[in-house]
Amino acid sequence: MKKDNTVKILLAIFLVFFSVNSYAQDHGVEHAENIDTEPHEGPGAINTKEEVTEYIDHHLQDSHYFNFFSDGSIGAHYGFSLPVILWDNGFKVFSAAEFHHGETLANVDGEYYKLYHNKIYKTNAEGDINYDEEGHATNVKPLDFSITKNVLAMLVVSLLMFIMFRGLASSYKNKDIPTGFGRVLEPLVIYVRDDIAKPNIGPKYRKYMGFLLTVFFFILILNLFGLTPLGINVTGNIAVTFCLALITFIIVQFSGNKHYWKHIFWMPGVPVPMKIVLMPIEVLGMITKPFALMIRLFANMTAGHVVVMSLLGLIVVFQNWIAGPAFFGFTLFISIIELLVAFLQAYIFTLLSALYIGMAVEDHDHHPEDHSDDIPVI
Amino acid sequence: MEKLINDFSFGLFFWQAIILVVLILLLRKFAWKPILDSLNSREDGIKNALLSAENARKEMQNLQADNEKLLNEARAQRDAMLKEAREIKEKIVLEASEEAQAKADKIVAKAQVIIENEKNAAMVDLKNQVATLSIEIAEKVIREQLSTTEKQHKLVEDMLADVTLK
Repeated sequence: MKKDNTVKILLAIFLVFFSVNSYAQDHGVEHAENIDTEPHEGPGAINTKEEVTEYIDHHLQDSHYFNFFSDGSIGAHYGFSLPVILWDNGFKVFSAAEFHHGETLANVDGEYYKLYHNKIYKTNAEGDINYDEEGHATNVKPLDFSITKNVLAMLVVSLLMFIMFRGLASSYKNKDIPTGFGRVLEPLVIYVRDDIAKPNIGPKYRKYMGFLLTVFFFILILNLFGLTPLGINVTGNIAVTFCLALITFIIVQFSGNKHYWKHIFWMPGVPVPMKIVLMPIEVLGMITKPFALMIRLFANMTAGHVVVMSLLGLIVVFQNWIAGPAFFGFTLFISIIELLVAFLQAYIFTLLSALYIGMAVEDHDHHPEDHSDDIPVI
Repeated sequence: MEKLINDFSFGLFFWQAIILVVLILLLRKFAWKPILDSLNSREDGIKNALLSAENARKEMQNLQADNEKLLNEARAQRDAMLKEAREIKEKIVLEASEEAQAKADKIVAKAQVIIENEKNAAMVDLKNQVATLSIEIAEKVIREQLSTTEKQHKLVEDMLADVTLK
């Protein structure tokens, strides 16, 4: 039992000093002490590489529950269930508690739904899931408009942003210099304006500040939330980054002036056959730019979470005095890098959005060489 | 890629789109606009303050230059006045000494004339007295020589001896 105590101590150190993502999932790491008594049993004991992998996969995905930690040995989850909203011939609203973490079927208005791998499937009364030859479930998936963990996180962040920036805005009514937390926010706002919007968009920057500032802080705060033990991974979700990139795409296309469209469909200054060749390439370029935005943010945040959680998982897999502190140190190191990445990715997303908008609104009355004068060298 | 598409949740996308668009619109109206306006007005204020400070500095410089000029002028004027005063003083001293010299000369000349006159008068007086004295002496001598008849005869005889008839 000495080994168990070691793990317990390590985990205690963890929980006190450094609790990134460690116990916010459906399956808690703290039950590693069950190795000897209940090896590889129960839904929550995470001891093997496969279980760690599955656990990480699970964490990366959205959830219908907001769990702070779980007790794998008894299958208890500490947290709260979120509302499920389905479109299946009319809206069906019920609490995710009815699934009992995937263990039971939810019976709503005579229809049976099953939570399987975090997705809701329509099943028969026995809850059978049919698979195709590749192992994918073939059951009907009703459109899921649930308020999931990520939606809740976004709502909370939105509310937080509104409160913070409303506060900052109203603090200017009394005096020129904000007080309290506004002093932290103001330089960031100025940074987005002076170093992202102004140099890339030019004189028309004011129109896009609302979008750029909102997106910057939205991504930044969600990235930072992802580093907390709340265990949310919003910006590492492809649907979220897709939506962000889509809005950039729409804004860019709607701000495009005639020069922008001319450059896409009838490139000036090249022979006619080249114009025809360039047209599809440019059209593709319209789409690849936001696509890159989407993938970049998604991949960076997902990778960060995977690395942090893998290192944490290694502590559990190795379970000895050397690996524990070593991987703890690694995790700390990577988490600090992730903190940097959180800022960096918010910055890059905003910067590139500004750059694309800048390309669309750029005036071509004078030669591009002259543009270097417009950009302040800092 | 297939996993990504499989993981794509339309519900999440739907909520995200609504939340983000509403958030952008709300923040734009209630936060970003007032914040950016305040920042701009503050920056303009700072710019103006700096500009006016610069102007004030320039004005100050001008004033200082003016002061310097005035001071220099005053100094020059003072120097000129002093110089003039010195010249006047010298002239006065010179004139005074010349005048004194002239007066002294005049006095000396007068004194000389008087002395000459006095001397002459004295000489005349002396001459008169000498003449009188001589006459008295001569009288006495003659009286003595011609005191006896013999002597008178002798004289006549001597004189007659000197006279030779031509």
